[in-house]
Amino acid sequence: MINKFLGFTPKKEMLPSQTVTPDTEIDLSSHKYQKIWLGPNHPGVTGNMAVELTVQGNTIMKAQTHVGYLHRGFEKLIERRLFVQGFPTSIRMCVAEPDTNEYFIARATEELSGYADAVPEYANWLRMLSLEMARLQGLLRGVPGQGGTFALGIGVQWGVYLRDLILDRFEELTGARVYHMFIIAGGVRGNLPEGFKARMEDNLRDIDDFIVKIKKLMFHNSIFKTRAKGLAVITPDMVDKFGIVGTNARACGVKRDVRKDNPYLYYDQLDFDPPTATDGDVYARTWIRWQELIQTVDLIRQIMAKMPETGDIRCKMPNVLNWKIPKGETYVRLESGRGEMGMYYVTDGSDKPRRINLRGPSYNHAISVLEHMLIGADVADVHAIMVSLQTCPPEIER
Amino acid sequence: MNIKDILTPFTAWANVVKEPVTIKDPFNREAAPRYRGFHDNDIEACIGCGTCEAICENQAIDLIPVDGVETKDGDSGLRPQVDYGRCCWCALCVDICTTDSLRLTNEYTWIDTDPDNFIFTPGVTPKSWYKKEEGWRKPGNGYEFYSKERVDMEELHAEERIDSFIEFVKGYSKEQAEKEADRCVSCGICTATCPAHMGIPEYIKAIRNDDLEEGLRVLYETNPLPEICGRICTHKCEDVCSVGHNGDPLSIRWLKRYIADQNPSEKYKEILNQDTSKSNGKKVAIIGAGPSGLSAAYYLALLGYECTIFEKLPEAGGMMRYGIPEYRLPYDQIDKDVNYILELGVEIKYGVNIGTDIKLEQLGKDFDAVFSGTGLHLGRSTRIPGTDNENVYFATDLLREIVLGKDIYVPEKIVVIGGGNVAMDITRSLARLQQIKYGKVDCTATSLESEDIMPADREEVVEAREESAIVDPGWGPKSIEIENGKVKGLNVVKCLSVFDENHAFSPKFDEDNKKFFPADMVVESIGQGMDLSYLSKEFKEKLKFTERGRIKVDEYFQSGVEWLFVGGDIIEGPDVIHGIANGHKAAVGIDNLLNK
Ligand code: SF4
Ligand code: SF4
Ligand code: SF4
Repeated sequence: MINKFLGFTPKKEMLPSQTVTPDTEIDLSSHKYQKIWLGPNHPGVTGNMAVELTVQGNTIMKAQTHVGYLHRGFEKLIERRLFVQGFPTSIRMCVAEPDTNEYFIARATEELSGYADAVPEYANWLRMLSLEMARLQGLLRGVPGQGGTFALGIGVQWGVYLRDLILDRFEELTGARVYHMFIIAGGVRGNLPEGFKARMEDNLRDIDDFIVKIKKLMFHNSIFKTRAKGLAVITPDMVDKFGIVGTNARACGVKRDVRKDNPYLYYDQLDFDPPTATDGDVYARTWIRWQELIQTVDLIRQIMAKMPETGDIRCKMPNVLNWKIPKGETYVRLESGRGEMGMYYVTDGSDKPRRINLRGPSYNHAISVLEHMLIGADVADVHAIMVSLQTCPPEIER
Repeated sequence: MNIKDILTPFTAWANVVKEPVTIKDPFNREAAPRYRGFHDNDIEACIGCGTCEAICENQAIDLIPVDGVETKDGDSGLRPQVDYGRCCWCALCVDICTTDSLRLTNEYTWIDTDPDNFIFTPGVTPKSWYKKEEGWRKPGNGYEFYSKERVDMEELHAEERIDSFIEFVKGYSKEQAEKEADRCVSCGICTATCPAHMGIPEYIKAIRNDDLEEGLRVLYETNPLPEICGRICTHKCEDVCSVGHNGDPLSIRWLKRYIADQNPSEKYKEILNQDTSKSNGKKVAIIGAGPSGLSAAYYLALLGYECTIFEKLPEAGGMMRYGIPEYRLPYDQIDKDVNYILELGVEIKYGVNIGTDIKLEQLGKDFDAVFSGTGLHLGRSTRIPGTDNENVYFATDLLREIVLGKDIYVPEKIVVIGGGNVAMDITRSLARLQQIKYGKVDCTATSLESEDIMPADREEVVEAREESAIVDPGWGPKSIEIENGKVKGLNVVKCLSVFDENHAFSPKFDEDNKKFFPADMVVESIGQGMDLSYLSKEFKEKLKFTERGRIKVDEYFQSGVEWLFVGGDIIEGPDVIHGIANGHKAAVGIDNLLNK
């Protein structure tokens, strides 16, 4: 097939998928291999991390991920600040979907101080709205972005434009475009502006069109199919072994979704069923995310229809400057665009957290799973695989 | 793979004929009305409390002095400066601003070549965006960072309290006190205004930490009479409390009382751990066991001085005991504070009248220094016709006699002239005595000042009315009606204004608008005067006096005679906390004098 398509027969070592296993002996002194560093500064790496590749021809024989270029000590910074001062820092742990981290800090402190049930209903719906909007803007970048890794740039431009429209909605709801700082202990920081729903609906209609267009562009595209199908296959037996979550797990048939398995906020009141696929390759993962795009648009519509018109946005809580939380610990989690994220939060009775630790999906996906997936892959596919695993270095290093 | 998969992507070419979606002029794009852009501050409204600085997690705010803003009561004179190299535009500073003066506008573009310019003082450094209405403001809908409502103090109902002198304000429970203490933003604006500069945020913090022993130690740093002040302080701190700008001020006085109440007197010595056993061999005489005298004695004792207080009356406390009714300040609470001072080795000689029993000059010889805080015990008269009648009294005299247990004259109808706290004290005391004697109250207080400018604390007026006394302000006393040598009542005319344009006392009356308060007894309570008869003529000549007839003192309350320090109501006030502050300062002054 490839011969027909290219019009010549490539040499064997130019072909992807030589049979390489993690145990393949590599003798560097044989001069048959070469080491290449990809990153830490490389436009194809979504953030600052590096992959040390040992290649033979185009084939990756061995891959080692290196992190540590982006360490800002966020967890420690938060541990040295008052509870209320934590959320502006927490959002920097994940640029793509900062809202999840705002939610963790709020939810964990509420749980540990006994205010979990006091959060007003209206505020909880607004939290859900902002979390789904965050997922939507992430998908608007992520789905066409996968095409981008195969040099399909046009979809990215469409997606970025539509994402900007969602950021416009974020801007009017939360007062900021990227770092929203909206979900705060006790509730949220603003009500729904007048006319918001209508403007959101306009944007969602544009996104409906985009969904159709991007389907044609990517999923009816011979190049995309050729390169994405069968690439970097995750098999169901890997899921538990590597701690794989989210769309990466769902794309190989393992249906994991915190929103369903352990509903938080009012997700049990929404009607949705997370899509799954069986192939577990880059194509399947992208396909699942495209379906999630449809589902997220629907969820936002459901939330806007079901939420109360108005109400209190924050419950009465202690003075934020004097707030102390009794000794305790909790693990809060949610389904982010990249899968289950969680935060382990420990308090010791003082006015600052004793320890916080973020459980981010990228830590597993982009360090251990990636190393595994790259063996035997073609050098040109590294970025595609990284993006398909939703690698987010800032979230690995906090 | 089929041919469709090769052709379909080309449908994207349809976009070539579409309008581009790019914003043509990104620099002039208006941000959303709620956008968190650049800071603005209403400099007039801001009080420099620094709460914005305290909450900023990036330490982007510094409070700095600003031209044209003066430090005054309730205003530190500082204003927040923001460093845009640190700020992350979270607007937590806006959400907590105690006066709502701080906000973020929705302006977000600022191009400058000098990085230092990005440190600026909102509202002061000229910026184009200040006029913009849009931007982030403190959200509504139940969103607040600290509670605006004060925790109410429980009191006895009027019916329960009117027939006795039992203390009617119950005091906070632990839970109530901690809840109230939680509202404090620890800004210290109150400390600056408190005459004694008490460590208010620190002792409120001790309440939050449930460390009341630490709380007591903080109180005693600046105030050796916490039980007393916790009850009857004029709480100037509460008038300026920053939380009061947008809600009820902290109940600072009741919190102080809570700390003092919760610490038993037997443990004071152990908690405060003050050693006064080592004398420095110097002796100080103190005239009057009122707040200033007790305070001076306390701080001098801590410095190793041997202090002897000479008190004319049979018990310590001065005006606090003989001027303030027991229902507001029970005697055992005065004793608690006084006894601790005595435990430190201070001696009080009761029933000694300086001037007659011992000459002041003699004290000057026998002691290394003398502090005089003799207070304002003389009543002032309106001098209207009829005041010479035997049933016209001064409030101060009556209050003292009640405490001394004398059987005072309590007729069925009484009228009190005066609108200050002392007037309310005597009105409410006499109302109680009437209730006990006749089973009903008929006591009226009338003042020159109208209701809105009455000098008495608002709560005093409200409580007097609850206790069935009548408060009828805005009348000028004209004459006391006397018939057959007996008081019949008080003639008054409407008072139109009390002060002239220059705020000088110059009352104007409407002589046609008359009223008559029938009464068998009239009490005058229009102010108190000092009795300086203990100063001999020759001694007076050595002292300097102010235009208003007060003894001239320096900042350490040292008079024109080197060894004589003077403080308390005769210098400043009148109130307890000024007395305490004066006593403390004078102690420092005396130490400076004797230890130099
Ligand atoms: S919190 Fe408000 S009032 Fe206080 S200093 Fe800051 S801007 Fe001024
Ligand atoms: S907006 Fe946030 S970071 Fe900036 S000065 Fe205010 S509190 Fe500090
Ligand atoms: S009592 Fe009021 S003025 Fe004093 S520190 Fe607390 S908030 Fe500030």
